Amino acid sequence: MAKRSFKVWRGDANGGEFKAFEVDVDPGMVVLDVLHRIQSRQANDLALRWNCKAGKCGSCSMEINGKPRLACMTRMNIFRDDETITAQPLKTFPVIKDLVTDVSWNYAQNQRIPRFKPRPREADGTHRMYQEDVDRVQEFRKCIECFLCQDVCHVIRDRDAKSEFVGPRFMIRLASLEMHPLDTDDRVPEIRKEFGSGLCNITRCCTEVCPEHINITDNGIIPLKERVVDRYFDPVQSLIRKVRGIKLRTKTRSEASAEGGTGGKP
Amino acid sequence: MLDVSEIQTIDHDVMVVGAGGAGLRAAIECSALGLDTGVISKSLLGKAHTVMAEGGMAAAMGNVDPRDNWKIHFRDTMRGGKFLNVWRMAELHAQQAPDRVRELEEWGAVFDRTKEGLISQRNFGGHRYPRLAHVGDRTGLELIRSLQDHGIHQGIKFHMECSALELLKDPHGDRIAGVLAYWRETGRFVIYRCKVVILCTGGGGKAWPVTSNSWEYTGDGIAMAYDAGAELMDVEFTQFHPTGMVWPLSVRGILVTEGVRGDGGILKNNKGERFMFNYISERFAPETADTVAEADRWIQGDKTARRPPELLTRDEVARAITAEVKAGRGSPHGGVFLDIASRQPADFIKRKLPSMYHQFMELAEVDITKEPMEVGPTLHYFMGGIRVDADSQQTTVPGLFAAGECAAGLHGANRLGGNSLSDLIVFGKLAGDGAAAYIKALGSTPRPIDDQVVAAIRRATDILKREQGANPYLLHEKLEGIMSSRVGIVRNQQDLEHGVEELEALKLEAVEMKAPGASQYNPGWHEALSMRSLLITSEAVTRAALMREESRGAHTRTDHPGESAEWVKYNVIVKRGAGGTMEVEKRAKPEGPARLVAIANAKIEDLESGKVGAD
Ligand SMILES: Cc1cc2nc3c(=O)[nH]c(=O)nc-3n(C[C@H](O)[C@H](O)[C@H](O)COP(=O)(O)OP(=O)(O)OC[C@H]3O[C@@H](n4cnc5c(N)ncnc54)[C@H](O)[C@@H]3O)c2cc1C
Ligand code: SF4
Ligand code: SF4
Ligand code: FES
Repeated sequence: MAKRSFKVWRGDANGGEFKAFEVDVDPGMVVLDVLHRIQSRQANDLALRWNCKAGKCGSCSMEINGKPRLACMTRMNIFRDDETITAQPLKTFPVIKDLVTDVSWNYAQNQRIPRFKPRPREADGTHRMYQEDVDRVQEFRKCIECFLCQDVCHVIRDRDAKSEFVGPRFMIRLASLEMHPLDTDDRVPEIRKEFGSGLCNITRCCTEVCPEHINITDNGIIPLKERVVDRYFDPVQSLIRKVRGIKLRTKTRSEASAEGGTGGKP
Repeated sequence: MLDVSEIQTIDHDVMVVGAGGAGLRAAIECSALGLDTGVISKSLLGKAHTVMAEGGMAAAMGNVDPRDNWKIHFRDTMRGGKFLNVWRMAELHAQQAPDRVRELEEWGAVFDRTKEGLISQRNFGGHRYPRLAHVGDRTGLELIRSLQDHGIHQGIKFHMECSALELLKDPHGDRIAGVLAYWRETGRFVIYRCKVVILCTGGGGKAWPVTSNSWEYTGDGIAMAYDAGAELMDVEFTQFHPTGMVWPLSVRGILVTEGVRGDGGILKNNKGERFMFNYISERFAPETADTVAEADRWIQGDKTARRPPELLTRDEVARAITAEVKAGRGSPHGGVFLDIASRQPADFIKRKLPSMYHQFMELAEVDITKEPMEVGPTLHYFMGGIRVDADSQQTTVPGLFAAGECAAGLHGANRLGGNSLSDLIVFGKLAGDGAAAYIKALGSTPRPIDDQVVAAIRRATDILKREQGANPYLLHEKLEGIMSSRVGIVRNQQDLEHGVEELEALKLEAVEMKAPGASQYNPGWHEALSMRSLLITSEAVTRAALMREESRGAHTRTDHPGESAEWVKYNVIVKRGAGGTMEVEKRAKPEGPARLVAIANAKIEDLESGKVGAD
């Protein structure tokens, strides 16, 4: 057991400050354990979120020594013995209290995404999909909604462009729908015009922090950007479509309904 | 004086308490039936326990082994539950699970596939055939996310981080009329007025120190139902999962999925001996391999070989591990070794068990593709809970329904792995149907009474207002101490009696708790509020365990070894007596219908060939 120094941000929407704590730390502990020890022994009302303690639920997101991390997966032995460890709430979202932020904006983004629309089942009542066709979608579906990627994305964080860009988490949610072998919907116009795919400039910061090691940028966002380019800007692709008589939607559903049309297929 | 009319009031037809698999499935059903449906949960959406489930959900689809069918699943469930299961629930579950799993695909779930492109199924303890639909070892995440992403487009109203405190009743007809809750963010109270409450709050594992359960598992639903006069059943059966992490101390209890054993992992003691061969009970002997060679053939897919003993039911494996450790053959940190490294290639392990690989790498610095894991029993699951009607999920209180882990009946004395996730979707749906039927038949709209609200709020706010009092975290630790030493994996009369006494004393201490700080997002206060549920739940478990004088499934009494032919005919029922004291009753269990009894006792060959249980 060793004494370690912590600085934990305490406060609420009206402001706050770092408070210092000296805590006994046992071998094998993670930052969340130490915060719990502070909570049970020194500051009963210290607000923080957690559930699984095993990196599976994405509740315990916070900034530890300035980096967005899961507190339950941050082992104390990655820090120097004499290092003071700071814990503070995610910067991108409004503080509720101490280490707890208001992440409801993320839930609102999910609500905007058009739902999964499967093709009909096969005659024997099953859906057939092959493992190699679902590997990529499964990668995206590993997301535990920790929102660390949302926290670190400069479009949301520094430019505060929350109304224009849904953020990396929901780009891969869109990718998981667009690449789902059973899905029949088409969300490309919305991806460009409503969900803001063009705002991502591929810095890959989101991919770096993802605790699920999802290759957010290269496997998710870039392919979506390519779909947008194909649809709107690629003369060859649009010629092929013209020749074959294929019509793809270029207006979003809200644009189309404003003009009184259907927005094309589907 | 508190003015109830000033408290925020929200009306719904149905309030679902809990947003795990059971709550979400129940809410989806209610809204599909046209009911105005609200859901509250203590955590954010998508963070309920269900998200942590790893191995899979059991459904006899027969995609991997076509010999499987609902009758064999039913038989496995009854045998795993040591015949204490409610017959009808085990039947409904086995019959309906396949449709419920396929329906998830319709809502976007992407399970691992077979070569033919169907939903793949894996082996698990107590299941005769590969039966668990899964996604690597993160099946619960897939389940909860699919339900969540479907549910948010169904018009359901989600009230996140809102904790229920008490069920409100209309004295006319003794019916449910609402729920009193508080917003965690502000500490403000809210009254949900409704015709039906469906409790989907999960178990109470947080009463023990070594557990796979999260902070949410404080038995709230069980305690609220008890307070409202509902009956509890089988609560003495608390499942200790055989394989939790044991080292480092801070992760003690975190689950190691049974999938490790399903995919070939074996258990060894410190002599390197594969000890499970020494613990095969009579009931399972005919279906369990008795040599290493046969067990290995089974893993390689030889359909004539019998299952390895590592895949015996959880109660059997947990007891075996406890016995090995007690005999001095344990691992350095008081567990045994779980070895998959020497059994499967590294890339197979990383592909099939990715989150186990990460969990050990990151939390214990153990590479499970190279070294064995150290594991030991951890409190995992409540088989017992609120007593419900098998078909409608209604409790003994009109308008109150329960589904998922907080409800009793399906699993009897021991739950098979994978039978919980399927339980959630089967009985979540049925609870929704039951609620709709109840509302249809309901005459007048029930209304809560102010007095009950005022009393509950006063009790809650006193904890904040009091000048001084006990630290709720320390009381919780005390409770954990009592439950682990008195009501652990092996029990006896003397310990249990002491347990009851110690709980009584702790209850008195808990009357005067103090949470410092304001009501805004105050975990100390939340902890204090959940002590009430923890104490009721713990007392119910302890008293029921004292009454059941036999060893069956997860309930082991050293003073009453072995199953008793007498006790299988009884359930233990706990309810609140007239004077407010806890009443415990030994109640005759209804006999199973002949056709189900025949299936449960049939030889496996006769079920496969259709000789028994032909439809
Ligand atoms: C690590 C782990 C692995 C598991 N693996 C498997 C597996 O592979 N297969 C399997 O079948 N089972 C597995 N289980 C068991 C299974 O996951 C659970 O039994 C199941 O998810 C419980 O679901 P539920 O819907 O009943 O409750 P939960 O998912 O636990 O949800 C409970 C909900 O109730 C809410 N709640 C509780 N109290 C209140 C209150 N007072 N007010 C408001 N809301 C409240 C919570 O916030 C939460 O939303 C596993 C369990 C664990 C812990
Ligand atoms: S790659 Fe795009 S989404 Fe990811 S952090 Fe950078 S800008 Fe944001
Ligand atoms: S994509 Fe990764 S970082 Fe982003 S929310 Fe999901 S798990 Fe977290
Ligand atoms: S507590 Fe679940 S991810 Fe940290």
